[in-house]
Amino acid sequence: MFFTYIYRELRRRHRQALLTALGLAVGVALVVAVSAYAGGVSNAQDEVLHSLYGVGTDITVSQTAKLGEGGPQQFGMQPPSEAKRGKTFNRDAITASPGQQALAASKVQTIAGLDGVSAAVGSLSLSSIHVQGKFAQISGGSSSGGSSSSSSAQPAAGATPQAAPSQAPINVSSFSISGVDVSDLELGPLSSGEVTTGRSFTTSETNANVALVTKAYAKQNSLAVGDLKKIGGVKFEIIGIVTLPSGSTSSDLYIPLARAQKLSDNSKKVNQIYVRADSAESIAAVKTEIKTALPKATVTTAQDLADQVSGSLSSASSLADNLGKWLAVAALVAAFAVASLLTVSAVSRRVREFGTLKALGWKSRRIVGQVLGESMVTGLAGGVIGVALGIAGARLITAFSPALKATMGSTTAQVGPGGAPGGGMIEALGNAAQTVTVQLAAPISLNLVLLAVGLALAGGLLAGALGGWRASRLRPADALRRLD
Amino acid sequence: MTVTTLRTLEEASMLYHLTGVTKRYTQGRKTIDALAGIDLQIADGEFLVIQGSTGSGKTTLLQMLGALDRPTSGSLIYEGRDVAKLGEGDLGELRSHSYGFVFQSFNLIPTLTAQENVETARVPWHVRGDERRRRAMEALAGVNLADRARHIPSELSGGEQQRVAIARALVREPKVILADEPTGNLDERTRDDIIGLLEELWRERGQTLIVVTHDTWVAGRASRRIWLEAGRLMPDETAERSAERSAAEVVLA
Repeated sequence: MFFTYIYRELRRRHRQALLTALGLAVGVALVVAVSAYAGGVSNAQDEVLHSLYGVGTDITVSQTAKLGEGGPQQFGMQPPSEAKRGKTFNRDAITASPGQQALAASKVQTIAGLDGVSAAVGSLSLSSIHVQGKFAQISGGSSSGGSSSSSSAQPAAGATPQAAPSQAPINVSSFSISGVDVSDLELGPLSSGEVTTGRSFTTSETNANVALVTKAYAKQNSLAVGDLKKIGGVKFEIIGIVTLPSGSTSSDLYIPLARAQKLSDNSKKVNQIYVRADSAESIAAVKTEIKTALPKATVTTAQDLADQVSGSLSSASSLADNLGKWLAVAALVAAFAVASLLTVSAVSRRVREFGTLKALGWKSRRIVGQVLGESMVTGLAGGVIGVALGIAGARLITAFSPALKATMGSTTAQVGPGGAPGGGMIEALGNAAQTVTVQLAAPISLNLVLLAVGLALAGGLLAGALGGWRASRLRPADALRRLD
Repeated sequence: MTVTTLRTLEEASMLYHLTGVTKRYTQGRKTIDALAGIDLQIADGEFLVIQGSTGSGKTTLLQMLGALDRPTSGSLIYEGRDVAKLGEGDLGELRSHSYGFVFQSFNLIPTLTAQENVETARVPWHVRGDERRRRAMEALAGVNLADRARHIPSELSGGEQQRVAIARALVREPKVILADEPTGNLDERTRDDIIGLLEELWRERGQTLIVVTHDTWVAGRASRRIWLEAGRLMPDETAERSAERSAAEVVLA
């Protein structure tokens, strides 16, 4: 009887029921679409941060170089004697990345021992510059020779080779290397990377002559798994090709940390420490601890980094937070109000009907239940339609949204003397503003669907409660009212 | 002594015993006594007609007798219980078990079929669905409407709708049938049908039948008539005269 009655009543005033359901559906659809959009923006932000930062890293620690450190490097290319003029030369120089001062590897242990720290690993990023050419025949001035860079090397000031005066062509090629802690690859520069060909390091390869190469560098230099690559005069076997997220600041090659330290004469030194906190809540406390333990270090958290993000991604995020949220709330409030008004007015038109049922001995509770049941069914229908509309909306957003750009501002990065940028992490992101492009997708989760249906049911419940309250106040004597 | 005993016996056989029943409605600063001290006894199995002009309080009295509302003051004893002192839950219980209502506008639920409308009367009893449906069909058969069971009210004629309403009143086998202008919305031939049906049921089942009506022809069929005027009960002889007068008016008209 309960369901028959609900079904018949809703069928009788199907237009009104449909209107109520559609009202709720629009509200719910907006909530779904806006939440999906906000979720997509948040995912995009995570993606940007991960590409800049590495998955699973909460804090990075580095130390800015003091003036003069990491400065010009002597390549020893002055022709040693007349006899060598016209002969070919071949030099390799491996130096720690400019602008970053090396930290003692023991600091990694210090940080790992701090409260709230789950893990800490050190890495050492290096630049290798390879110069090849012929000694000049004629001793000339000090102007640079025609050098052509064979790679898109960072033109960092400290690494500019002081080319010997020469008429002959000199090839300068440079690449970057990161020494990574093979004992914990979940944390550190490789954490966001994915080995697409070959294999990754094994934990026993702490001092092996093996290397991972990024896909881009491998392609550029026609390197494949199994090939040998000379780094600082030492042959490394390439064991895998690694892909890193777009926009990430990656080195070209990755080798075990101990090898990197040996090659660059930086034994027991690192220049970047990656820290994972026990929980998101403890990040701020850990940051303070590290600052106390290493007063000179630059400590950067993911949040610091997120605050630096600007560009269309940041606009999209504020759009979702401000306009979208309020639009959805306003639509929901309006839908709830319309549903309530329509339900109460429908009850008012059924005074005699409910009065009669009361005269027949129906308890108020049963009549309230009937009204609630009707509006809950309407709410459920609204929820289902709303979720469908919302999913369609989210699909449209995914399909038509332009790629979002996230820009890491350069304004906060202090530019040190000699063009060596400071600011730890920010510095690592590039000299000027770095832009990462991400595609926005609006994902729909089961929780979101449940929330949407729940909201529609809540709307139905509210409308039904108001209507039911109105119905429960009817007197059975109303059944005898003559007017209708 | 003998007289007192007789009187007590007589009272004991009474189904209703009303003493000084007053119903006061307040509308703003105005108070209206729809009923102003009604003393009335109704015996079990009576066919009572309540007459009176519009606004005389007949519908209010019917509401009191059907436990749809409580009197403002006075006592209304039904089978030894004072309805004036019952709570809302007990009133509902009383309504669903003791009374059957028939309304002027039939008051069927427009979305439900004839059979489902009859079933609504047994919903408060919490019986099983198939039992409820079987009883509803029996009740419809009792008013010769078994073939219209699947129709909704708008597909039925006025007379048929009132028969459904009567079936709905009877399906619970109540002690009292209360009808408020049951023929007010019907043409003369249908009126005769409906009153004939009610009379027949009253005779067969021995239920108490209380009918509020304007219709003197209907009133003429009753075993007893009472006349209300401005919330008060007219003496029996006045009632007779008023009835005759209104009958004469009808004839003259």
